[in-house]
Amino acid sequence: MGTNSLYGPLDPAPDAGYAEPPPRMGFFTDTSVCIGCKACEVACKEWNAVPDDGFDLLGHSYDNTGGLSANSWRHVAFIEQPAPQPSMDALAIAGGAPAHPDFRWLMMSNVCKHCTHAGCLDVCPTGALFRTEFGTVVVQEDVCNGCGYCIPACPYGVIDQRKDDGRAWKCTMCYDRIGDGLTPACAQACPTQSIQYGVLDELRERAAQRVQEVEGARLYGHDENDGVGGDGAFFLLLDEPEVYGLPPDPIVTTKELPAMWKRAGVAGLAMAAAVVVSFLGGRS
Amino acid sequence: MAEAHPVGFQYVVEAKNRGAKIIHVDPRFTRTSALAHSYVPVRAGADIAFLGGVVNYILSNEKDFREYVVAYTNASMIVNEEFRDTEDLDGLFSGYDPELNVYDQASWQYAGQKEMGQEEGEAHADRETASGLEQESHGPPIPADVPRDPTLQDPRCVYQILKRHYARYTPEVVERVCGVPKELFLEVCEAWTANSGRERTTALVYSVGWTQHSVGVQYIRTGAIIQLLLGNMGRPGGGVMALRGHASIQGSTDIPTLFNLLPGYLPMPHHRQHETFRKWVDEIRHPEQKGFWANAESYAVSLLKAYWGDAATRENDWGFGWLPRLTGDHGTYQQVLDMIDGKIKGYFLLGQNPAVGSAHGKAQRLGMANLDWLVVRDLFMIESATFWKDGPEIATGEISTEECRTEVFFMPAASHAEKEGTFTQTQRMLQWREKAVDPPGDCRSELWFFYHLGRRIRAKLAGSGKARDEGLLKLTWDYAMHGDEPSGEDVLREINGYNISDKSPVSGFVDLKDDGSTACGCWIYSGVFKDGVNQAARRKPGHEQDWVAREWGWAWPADRRTLYNRASADPDGRPWSERKKYVWWDFEKKEWTGYDVPDFEKSKPPGYQPPEGATGVDAIAGNDAFIMQGDGKGWLYAPSGLIDGPMPTHYEPAESPVTNPLYAQQANPTRKRYERPDNPDNSDFGDVFPYVFTTSRLTEHHTAGGMSRQLPYLSELQPEMFVEVSPRLAEERGLEHLGWAHIVTSRAAIEARVMITDRLRPLRIDGRTVHQIWMPYHWGSQGVVTGDSANDLIGIVLDPNVLIQESKVGTCDIQPGRRPTGPALIDYVAEYRRRANGNQ
Repeated sequence: MGTNSLYGPLDPAPDAGYAEPPPRMGFFTDTSVCIGCKACEVACKEWNAVPDDGFDLLGHSYDNTGGLSANSWRHVAFIEQPAPQPSMDALAIAGGAPAHPDFRWLMMSNVCKHCTHAGCLDVCPTGALFRTEFGTVVVQEDVCNGCGYCIPACPYGVIDQRKDDGRAWKCTMCYDRIGDGLTPACAQACPTQSIQYGVLDELRERAAQRVQEVEGARLYGHDENDGVGGDGAFFLLLDEPEVYGLPPDPIVTTKELPAMWKRAGVAGLAMAAAVVVSFLGGRS
Repeated sequence: MAEAHPVGFQYVVEAKNRGAKIIHVDPRFTRTSALAHSYVPVRAGADIAFLGGVVNYILSNEKDFREYVVAYTNASMIVNEEFRDTEDLDGLFSGYDPELNVYDQASWQYAGQKEMGQEEGEAHADRETASGLEQESHGPPIPADVPRDPTLQDPRCVYQILKRHYARYTPEVVERVCGVPKELFLEVCEAWTANSGRERTTALVYSVGWTQHSVGVQYIRTGAIIQLLLGNMGRPGGGVMALRGHASIQGSTDIPTLFNLLPGYLPMPHHRQHETFRKWVDEIRHPEQKGFWANAESYAVSLLKAYWGDAATRENDWGFGWLPRLTGDHGTYQQVLDMIDGKIKGYFLLGQNPAVGSAHGKAQRLGMANLDWLVVRDLFMIESATFWKDGPEIATGEISTEECRTEVFFMPAASHAEKEGTFTQTQRMLQWREKAVDPPGDCRSELWFFYHLGRRIRAKLAGSGKARDEGLLKLTWDYAMHGDEPSGEDVLREINGYNISDKSPVSGFVDLKDDGSTACGCWIYSGVFKDGVNQAARRKPGHEQDWVAREWGWAWPADRRTLYNRASADPDGRPWSERKKYVWWDFEKKEWTGYDVPDFEKSKPPGYQPPEGATGVDAIAGNDAFIMQGDGKGWLYAPSGLIDGPMPTHYEPAESPVTNPLYAQQANPTRKRYERPDNPDNSDFGDVFPYVFTTSRLTEHHTAGGMSRQLPYLSELQPEMFVEVSPRLAEERGLEHLGWAHIVTSRAAIEARVMITDRLRPLRIDGRTVHQIWMPYHWGSQGVVTGDSANDLIGIVLDPNVLIQESKVGTCDIQPGRRPTGPALIDYVAEYRRRANGNQ
């Protein structure tokens, strides 16, 4: 196991053993131009034959998907940031609605982050989850045995078990498209280029420039020094991550694995020593 | 735009990223507002007050592009001294006939203009047949010597009349009528004017909900007036852009599915007004008139030759006698009422779901339940095919499955991916699409259906000997076939037009002849098969050509991407600015040139003055940029043609809780009404129906839902009918988020889940608070997700010019809880009507 294999900056494909992998590919989702059309959700389901996710009116603005799940691999969040309601008296005095309503409708297409350090992959006992040559993380549906270990391991709550078959499902970054040089379905369908697919390093450069141009913008998941070693799918947001339902400071659940193993090793040694001592004691 | 046209909105996003300022004016905060720099909430139905305010701002601050206005618009024309404005007559123009509710337009004309066209009762007949506007597009007869005042000082010149007409549309009045704060309104005015002129242009983009008002045509005209005053017409980055509701609505008016038009905007003949071929053609071309309509006889003869081939001869007026005739109002709403009255026996519905998508759903369904036969061609089993077993009237007992007499034939249709053909989009651009897959099962294209229907009917009629069958039997009905499917490309060849002698394609409409030697299915599309090449199939990517991208698709007329682009050069033929250079006069080569196909005779110099007595194309002067108009000018003021007035005037919607703050005249006096017990209106001025409602589309669904409610992937994204209300209104009526509410008008009560949102907000109108509510109109009884239809709420009242329904604004009540069911629903709505009438 190389340096930073579990935590810190890393190029994941070579670390996973690919000799001369293609450049790491990723998504840059620029929420400042998202119009909430949900074409990404539909295109994803069409290409990947993901089943529908129920027909429930959720009342969360125009979001009736609710979140990422086994049956929704793209999810568009809608955040209405409310205006203070003027009282009728205030309305009368102001002579109408305020000139510049303090109101925003934020939209963001969320997706699996394809973490540099992917907790789901690290804990998968069957090898169903694997790192592709593009640095992405994919579940092999014919290998997954439905143990469900990966689900609590994801710091973003992305990967999910499908109820009627028990297996774990999530975005593959259209592994069956990108290998043929095609763009993933969601990015292909996005009309405003809110979802951009490409070489991760180039996307990061583009994002670094875009964040300078958009007032109030910040990047999320771009930093290779963050808790997951940076995301393969990162975002430009217009508010704090929590506003979009994203964890502000995600940390790969397997970060402490070496320390845990160390501790476990120490404990094991101690136990072994105790056993030896007890046997010794017994002899005496 | 982002909501209903997300793919087109990519260009708005691109423009925004390149520095364009985006302003969104809408009753509710939408996905478009979310991306706009400024969102302007406005009261539904008050748009002429808003835009009239912009006109007033331009004129009172002299922000108009004066050189453009003097050269290219009719601003300097002197109007008849008998003309009286709404200022003089409290909301009416001169010539009003209170019995027929129409205008005699004689006094609106230019000074010295020959009186013609307006016979007794003609305006009434024009309204019945939605043909008023034909005069505008074809240009009414304008003499060459209309007196003009280029200084624009004469009190009777159009400029001054316009200025007086809009003087009362001050920012304060806009605030009072529209609920738009003065500061916000002025911000729009300043942005619009600052971004127009020599160096800059502004685009006005609307979606077709804007037309769905009793003053719909005048909405668009107000926008056009502003764009003309600011010099934004005929120039790159300018224009008035209509975003149509489906992929080829533009195509379905060009080659129309409308009752009053033939292909290329030639009028459908009227049995009394166009008794002879000569009368029909002369009314289009006006023999003494200038402009390109002067060649209309070539277009008309070529169309008839396309229909009847060798059977169309000079001796039989090219078969003119075989064309159907208008006898009155055959618009879709009159037809539905005629069905209820038992006057219509059969009905074809093709890709249309009026049971959900048209105004007054109950009237639609009751009409369809009273036919001998109904043919529905659609992708899915839509409500218009199943109303007889599961429509809302089954529950109320108004339709009984056992007794419904209509025999319904459902014909499964091929989707756009399963057939070849063209779409014509909002830029008038035809784009060819290939067939990707065979349609499943019995699904077939429209082309297949009509070809074989025609073939079978003709076989049945063969040898009938009846005069009425002659036109059908003599039609040319032969196309190249792929198996049993006619070739779409072959149809496009016929549309393009060809020389009859050798079947060679013509290169454009200038090749068309009035001697029967050419045939052409639609003159404005002539050139789409130039050189025998399907020009609509051209697909050179934008990045491989210049920014006008003329090698992508084909735009009518003559592949011009921007209409009236002569106006992109100054009167001398030079570009207004380097930045906005588009089409200009090449002084060396002595011809028009530029990035686009010049919308002008190629070698007619800018300084050309027509000789005395010239007519037709010869009479177009070198600076008459608007070549289809009878006077060559863009019309700030319409001296004839519009049924409801020469200048847009704010009238309240037919149903409004507000009395017109501007004039004694409440609503459009000439609006088309159908006053009958089954079409009641909310005439209570807001006592019983206190709230304004408007409807529109959600991105997730397609219009009446036929193409989206059947698909799980779309249905799950917006699974239920809902109604959006402001927190303030929710409090007033006791509505709970996600709870049920029902909405009531004098036509219907429908139920919906409640969405409380700040995206809707109360407005302050004329001293009182007005609440607006919003609903999508996608649901019905069929599909993966079902729900009540918003269009059931709406009555039938139409714009007088084009007979479009007022379906984007009305009044209603909203109450918590679900609506009554069964016959109790009828009583419930009747009780509302009784209360509303009691309050009159």
